[in-house]
Amino acid sequence: MSLTLDEVRRIARLARLRLSPEEERLFAGQLSAILDHVAELSALDVSAVEPMTHALAAGDPPPLRADEPQPCLAPEEALANAPARAGTAFRVPRIIE
Amino acid sequence: MSVGGRGGSPTYLGLAEAGEAIGRGELSARALAEAALARIAATDGKVGAFLRTTPERALAAADAADARARAKARRSALDGVPVALKDIFLTRGVETTCASRILEGFVPPYDATVVERLEAAGAVVVGKLNMDEFAMGSSTENSAFKPCRNPWDLGRTPGGSSGGSAAALAARQVHGTLGTDTGGSIRLPAAFCGVVGVKPTYGRVSRYGVIAFASSLDQPGPLGRSVKDAALLLQAVAGHDPRDQTSSSRPVDDYLSGLEGGARGLRIGVPREWLAGGLAPGVERSVRDALASYERLGARLVDVSLPHSRYGIAAYYLIAPAEASSNLARYDGIRFGLRAEARGLRELYEETRERGFGAEVKRRIMLGTYALSSGYYDAYYLRAQKVRTLVRRDFDEAFRACDLVAGPVSPTVAFRLGEKAQDPLSMYLADVFTITANLAALPGLSLPCGRGEAGLPVGLQLVGRPFDEATLLRAARALEREVPPLPAPEVG
Amino acid sequence: MAVSDFQVVLGLEVHAQLLTRTKIFCGCTTAFGGEPNTHTCPVCLGLPGVLPALNGRVVEMAVLTGLALGCRVKERSVFARKNYFYPDLPKGYQISQYELPICEGGAVPIALDGVERSIPLTRIHMEEDAGKNVHDVAADGSSGVDLNRAGVPLLEIVSEPELRSVDEAVAYLKSLRAILMTLGVNDGNLQEGSFRCDANVSVMPRGSTKLGTRCEIKNMNSFRFLRAAIEYEVRRQVELVEEGGTVVQETRLFDPDRGETRPMRSKEDAHDYRYFPEPDLPPVRVAPALVERLRASLPELPHARAARYRRDLALSAYDADLLVAEKETADFFEAALDALGRTPDAAKRLANWVNGELARLANESGLSPSAWKVTPARLAATLRLLEAGTLGGPGAKQVVEEVFRTGAEPGEVVRARGLAQVSDEGAIEAAVDAVLAASPGEVERYRAGNAKLLGFFVGQVMKATKGKGNPAVINALLKKKLGGA
Repeated sequence: MSLTLDEVRRIARLARLRLSPEEERLFAGQLSAILDHVAELSALDVSAVEPMTHALAAGDPPPLRADEPQPCLAPEEALANAPARAGTAFRVPRIIE
Repeated sequence: MSVGGRGGSPTYLGLAEAGEAIGRGELSARALAEAALARIAATDGKVGAFLRTTPERALAAADAADARARAKARRSALDGVPVALKDIFLTRGVETTCASRILEGFVPPYDATVVERLEAAGAVVVGKLNMDEFAMGSSTENSAFKPCRNPWDLGRTPGGSSGGSAAALAARQVHGTLGTDTGGSIRLPAAFCGVVGVKPTYGRVSRYGVIAFASSLDQPGPLGRSVKDAALLLQAVAGHDPRDQTSSSRPVDDYLSGLEGGARGLRIGVPREWLAGGLAPGVERSVRDALASYERLGARLVDVSLPHSRYGIAAYYLIAPAEASSNLARYDGIRFGLRAEARGLRELYEETRERGFGAEVKRRIMLGTYALSSGYYDAYYLRAQKVRTLVRRDFDEAFRACDLVAGPVSPTVAFRLGEKAQDPLSMYLADVFTITANLAALPGLSLPCGRGEAGLPVGLQLVGRPFDEATLLRAARALEREVPPLPAPEVG
Repeated sequence: MAVSDFQVVLGLEVHAQLLTRTKIFCGCTTAFGGEPNTHTCPVCLGLPGVLPALNGRVVEMAVLTGLALGCRVKERSVFARKNYFYPDLPKGYQISQYELPICEGGAVPIALDGVERSIPLTRIHMEEDAGKNVHDVAADGSSGVDLNRAGVPLLEIVSEPELRSVDEAVAYLKSLRAILMTLGVNDGNLQEGSFRCDANVSVMPRGSTKLGTRCEIKNMNSFRFLRAAIEYEVRRQVELVEEGGTVVQETRLFDPDRGETRPMRSKEDAHDYRYFPEPDLPPVRVAPALVERLRASLPELPHARAARYRRDLALSAYDADLLVAEKETADFFEAALDALGRTPDAAKRLANWVNGELARLANESGLSPSAWKVTPARLAATLRLLEAGTLGGPGAKQVVEEVFRTGAEPGEVVRARGLAQVSDEGAIEAAVDAVLAASPGEVERYRAGNAKLLGFFVGQVMKATKGKGNPAVINALLKKKLGGA
């Protein structure tokens, strides 16, 4: 199947990727080839099959977490890798609601 | 085995041997760490297995291990032995990049659980290993920083995505490594580099602190130059972790005690789809020789069928990119990592991600976003998850007639750098044998079983029942005793 | 056509923050406040490599709420990822529940003008809250991101679009809020945002069965704003339809300063959330034993309590509903009633005081019953003094106010301030005689038929006795001395 450039742009917007025009063309071709390959799945009859959405062995799942507070990071640790900050907040370009 | 291994350098010792030497007082952890760092300095310019080394930390850890050894208070068989970690494992205070520019300079405030466990056992981490960016690739050519080369032939890839983890062992730089396997990323480089690599059952080893690629498929696992070495590493890291609610609370088996049990009486399934053609002749010959060896050892070969395995690639290349597209949404320049200059929010996201991600990562994000998007979810992602169930059922059925399944790891030996880089689909098809174990959430391993084209190593793959790593390791050890050990490749 | 020719159809989505000690997927405290990013950890910061660890108490609170509302509690439910990009969403997705929520069905009971109705629910599910975007943190107009609230557990409670008026909507929210507070799962605070409501509003011609296009209205953080927002939106949609336009499905924010709703800056692809089951969390399993344990622990719910007050204490629906709106208030009422004696008469008098004077004092002070210095015992004592005639109405009010302020014993206050009512007939008779003597004109007019002047005389006698005259005695004496009117 063939992905159009419009579809490529739509997906790129959803994924917050800014592709160059060359990338758009390249991906349209490469993704189309991959989608052609995965299309063979449509030949299978899966109407009576449950999806394996959780890859876990059967049996009792491990217990859930107790509601006990654990130490938080100091704000300096939380911000240690922040590329931009304002006080102890992460700084971003102006958000208009 | 004389201390100092081949060539006199202790870096040639196995993990278990090095530990034993420390225990007997014949070698110090410090000497081992210095030897490892020296070997890395001497060879890694050519190999490219390491993204960074951590000499100060390593030597401090080695000294502490020596103090424990002197006080006869060693923590484990691994105490004081140099190891290295794929740069996908978060190491507190040590830059962790996942071989991506988007994480360049990222210094985590916490350790992955497996790192905590290894260091609690006394292992000495000497550095972080090269990989395909975000674990997406089969050749380590997708590393944003530099390719990794196969020590057997520097013009070839070591496989991927845990290429550095395998190459560092083949090049005798360290005694043990950790990698991750999502579609074959431990087993393939292990096969290409002639070492042992284990992908545990999904849920056997904690994923906490492992940078996520495909959450329902990723598993951390050990690589070693011998089955015993891999078993020791697995024993140190396996087990339930409350921080990972997909980790199993099933008790961890003793992987060492039954290791020498032999292969007599084992029923080894040979999937007819896996030896139906399309293998390089050298690979096929080595694999068939290995199967014949098993028969001589008293195992019984059983013909089994995995009819849905041919759909594995298609299912995998929908599920993994879909989960990845979501897991990689957090790389946005706001809290960590690369940040592009931007006047507005949308520009911040788009520029940062455009600059920070390589082509393969972008391609998979696009593929995954598409597979999940409105109108396509049922036909793609959901359908692939159903096919996954069919793949698992094939194995469940096969395991009624056999105890484990054996076959090739890859259709070829290590390919040349650049050979497949232009055609993503052909790169994906190299995963055809390994991918089914990830889809079925089963344990798998690769061990060297001979040499193929151009004298390059060939790996035999074993896949077992859920949580039956012990049987896999025992079977692997039985063959290891039969196969002549590979020589250490001359680097350069 | 006028607004009255249209039927408004409302559905409400409530997001209620759960009163757990820690967040839903990590052990960070849920305590309110603090400088930005002081209550965070790698998990709620969304750092690389982290995984969610589900808080078992969240599941318990969800089940408890489902049981209280008569829902079907699912033995197996699944978390899902809702994917979108926004700075207050660190992972780039919210972990929520989509196809398989923990509860389905159920209903919220409401009573409006004495008519009881049951508003059906669609579902209840668990999810994590986002952080907060802070505006203008730097001179260049940059915004800031504070992730202290990221990961706080939420229950999303979705009603069927079965509400037919703003009054019903407000009644629904008050009832739901009271239930959640009684269960101890939510603190009911609209202003601080721990109890949030979004409304789905559409209109259709009266008598039609075809639903109109709905708009989602957000940012209504008080009952008053909710009412204003919905009324505005209904008028807007009706006007639009009448002019031949079509209502566009969109999300609109209520602007309290202007009293109108405006479209949000669209998150353009916001509708493609690419939901898929969360692979990092196993399906949630609720064991029958847990359900039974929680069911047995259910407290008496507000509407059941109100019904009991109506039935056993003969309180009016109005009085009963006011008392049960907050559990602590109803608890206070019953404790005081125990001290007074459980009769309908005592209940009525006590209800008047609790819903009237005490409610006023509570609102002014911002204190809840557990913090009141007026204990149930002290209020009961005051009412006994009133009943005995030792205090008059105004005197009792003064006592309650002072006890509220200082915690003194009512008897002490009466003594210290000389508030005891004068009931002695002799003393009052003297005052009555004096008043009648000083107002001969009014006496004549009263005797001539102006019955209303009795109030004037009572007032004068009260003044003369410095407010302490027992009104009943005053009335009786006046009538005796004035004779028939």
